[in-house]
Amino acid sequence: MCTMIAHQVQIQGRGKSGLEWFDVREANVSYDHPYDLPLEHALNIDFVNEALGPGARVAVELSVDAARQLVRTIEAVLAQADQRGVLEDLPVVAAPARGPSVA
Amino acid sequence: MYQTNQYEGMIAETVSMRGHNGDVINAYVARPLGAGPFPGMVVIHHAPGWDEWYRECARRFAHHGYVSISPNLYFRDGHGSPEDVGAKVRAAGGAPDARVLGDLDGANAWLRSLPYVSRKVGIFGTCSGGRQAFLAGCRLKGLDAVIECWGGRVVQSKEELTPNQPVAPIDYTKELSCPIIGIFGNEDKSPTPEQVNAHEAELKKHGKQYEFHRYDGAGHGFFYYDRPAYRQEQAVDGWKKVFAFCEKTLR
Repeated sequence: MCTMIAHQVQIQGRGKSGLEWFDVREANVSYDHPYDLPLEHALNIDFVNEALGPGARVAVELSVDAARQLVRTIEAVLAQADQRGVLEDLPVVAAPARGPSVA
Repeated sequence: MYQTNQYEGMIAETVSMRGHNGDVINAYVARPLGAGPFPGMVVIHHAPGWDEWYRECARRFAHHGYVSISPNLYFRDGHGSPEDVGAKVRAAGGAPDARVLGDLDGANAWLRSLPYVSRKVGIFGTCSGGRQAFLAGCRLKGLDAVIECWGGRVVQSKEELTPNQPVAPIDYTKELSCPIIGIFGNEDKSPTPEQVNAHEAELKKHGKQYEFHRYDGAGHGFFYYDRPAYRQEQAVDGWKKVFAFCEKTLR
């Protein structure tokens, strides 16, 4: 059933939808029904840009185990980069107006 | 039961209707051909979106002799593929109950304005739509039957209440104004069998006319032929129960 467990975080980055890249402004993280993964519930991440409409979306649907592994892996990679002194914690400049075709 | 020598025809199309606050939204309508009068059916889509299953569901009701309308409850959230729009609403915590009720009330009014619709209108929903169907039966006037399929979060703890869904529908049970059928899978996590028990106990307590059917070997969404949750035997029987209930309450 729809759990309505969803959080949104404002982020800066780029995402690729089809052949086009677009500015990602928000990440929507939910534990709810996936669309394609054959599970009742999944950890869903939608990288979106709300200003560009619902079609500006890069979606992933993960099992709980996969989601936990991903979190650990991201943390490990960032820690390694930090250890080597190569982390670039700089603001991202927005791309010129462009985006995937949205309705 | 349809006979092989019987005439049959249907029109199905997208229409505009007035919903909450008088807003114009779109809806999918399927109706049997003929002068009628036919009972009406409001078909509520599930939280993942206003997708193909609900269009097919509307046509299914039309095939069985009901003028059915499925309002796009996410009309105001933008347009695109049902998945992209549904994902946007999912991130926003679902559609607000007040707006949904306004749209469902508008769909009922739209049906009742038609010369070929009888005086009886039911409401059908699955998943979050099952919850909303029950909510509508309690909060709206002029509905004659509620078909609630695995409505999760009818029973909500205080921690589960949100600005969009501020009241647990079970708290409105006393106001339910028409008969209700409930279809549930015993392996469902939302609603759990215990929550279905609580739902039933509240209906019983207030003397409501209800019938609940609970299926072993089925979980959440077992009517959805396009999901692994589909259970053929239980789904076929569930649909039979739904249509028997509709014939009894809406003809």
